[in-house]
Amino acid sequence: MSLGTDWVLDWVRASATVIAENRVELITLDREIGDGDHGENMDRGFSAVLATLDSVAGDALPADVLKLVGTTLISTVGGASGPLFGTAYLKAAGAVAGVAELDGSAVVELLRAARDGIVLRGKAEIGDKTMIDAWTPAVEAADAALAGGASEAQILRVAAEAAAAGAGATEPLVARKGRASYLGERAIGHRDPGAQSTSLLLRAAADVAARLAAA
Amino acid sequence: MTVGLVFVSHSARIAEGLVDLARQMAPDVALLAAGGTDDGGIGTSFDRIVSAIGQADTGDGAVLLCDLGSAILTAETALELLGDERRSRIVLVDAPLVEGGVAAAVAAQTGEDLAAVAAAARTAIGANATPSSVQEEPSGGAVGYARVVTVVNRDGLHARPAADFVKLASTFPTRVTVNGKDAKSLLAIMALGLVRGREVEIATEDPNGQAAVDALADLVASGFGED
Repeated sequence: MSLGTDWVLDWVRASATVIAENRVELITLDREIGDGDHGENMDRGFSAVLATLDSVAGDALPADVLKLVGTTLISTVGGASGPLFGTAYLKAAGAVAGVAELDGSAVVELLRAARDGIVLRGKAEIGDKTMIDAWTPAVEAADAALAGGASEAQILRVAAEAAAAGAGATEPLVARKGRASYLGERAIGHRDPGAQSTSLLLRAAADVAARLAAA
Repeated sequence: MTVGLVFVSHSARIAEGLVDLARQMAPDVALLAAGGTDDGGIGTSFDRIVSAIGQADTGDGAVLLCDLGSAILTAETALELLGDERRSRIVLVDAPLVEGGVAAAVAAQTGEDLAAVAAAARTAIGANATPSSVQEEPSGGAVGYARVVTVVNRDGLHARPAADFVKLASTFPTRVTVNGKDAKSLLAIMALGLVRGREVEIATEDPNGQAAVDALADLVASGFGED
C-alpha cells in the first residue's frame, strides 16, 4: 500500500504533536550542551506549520505539502534547526516531485534527499554528534528494508528505529559541529537534541503509516 | 558604485550596534541589520535576512557577514532561495562580524566594487585587532619616496581618522605603506595602534607615488580636524 498526501498531512500533524509533547525534553537536552532553544524553536516552527495546513489544496501532492513545511520551518524556527530541517523537507519535496502515491523506493528517496539536504547545509558527517547521526542510519536501514521487500510502513518503522538508536549513540560523542562543539569533552554523556528530534519525527512518520496500513 | 552590507546576528542589538559603528565610517552605504528572530528574540530570521538583502542590494550587490551557527545556515539558505540574477550579486563572507563589517563598510564607502568589498571583509580573518606595542620596522628595499610625520590629534589613528586615511589612500593607484603596512587596509592601520606623538613613516616604492605619500602625510599632520 503506497503513501499519498493524506500520509504526509497526518505525518506533519503527528510531528507537531510529538514535538509539542517533547518540547521540555528537547529544551533540557539543548540546555545541557547548546543554547537551550531547540524545543522552543521546533515547537514554534511546527505550530506555524500546522496553521498553514488549512491552505493546502484538496488536490495537493505530497511534494506540495513537504515544500510548505520546509519553507515554513525556515521562516519560523529561528535557530539552526530552521534551515537544517527546512532544507531537509525542501529536498524531500524535490525527490518526490510530481508523484501522487509514494512506493517504498520513493519513501527511501524522500529520506535520502532529506538527509543529503541537511549534510549540504550543515556539512556534518557521521560521528559529529549532530542530527546526521540519526538520519544516516535511518536512510541506510530504510534502503536495506526496501531491498528486502519491506512495505512502506515497514521501511519507515526500521528507519525510525535506526534513528532512535543513532540518537542514543550520540551520547558518548564529542561534538564537532554546532554550539556543542564549543564544549569539547563536556558534551560527552549528553544526547544531541537535533538527533533526538529527528528520531521523534521519523517515529511519527512510521506510526502514521502503520495506522493507515491497518485502516 | 554602492555595494550594500547586511549584518546577520543572533541578536538584534549586535546587528544594530554594528550598523551604528560602521555608519561612522560609511555614512553613504546601505547598512542593514538582520538580527534576532521575528518576535525580537535571540535567533535568526529568514525573513529579516531576505528583506535586508533586498534593501542592501540596489544593483551593485551586497556583502553579508554573520556571527555564528544558525545565522550562517539561515543566510546560506536565504541565498539559495534567491533568484539567480540577485544571487549572483550577493557574497557571503565568513569573517569576524565586527572587524570584517567595519572593513567592508569603509571599502563600500570608497566606492569599491563587490569583489573588493568582500576582499576587504576577508582582511579581518585572523587580523589581530590588538594594537601592536612594538613599532613596525620601516620597510627596507628601494623606497621611492617616504615622509615621516608625527600623529598630532588627540586619539591618534582610531576608527574615524583611520577610515579617512584609508579612504584617501584608496583614491590613489599607488601602493603606499604606513610603517610597512598597507595604507589601504583599515584593519592593518588600526592594528598599528598609532596614538598621539607616534612617528609614522609613510612610504612608497612607486616612482610616481610622491603625490599619494604627500597627501596622506599632510592628512596625518593636519590632525584630521580633531584637537
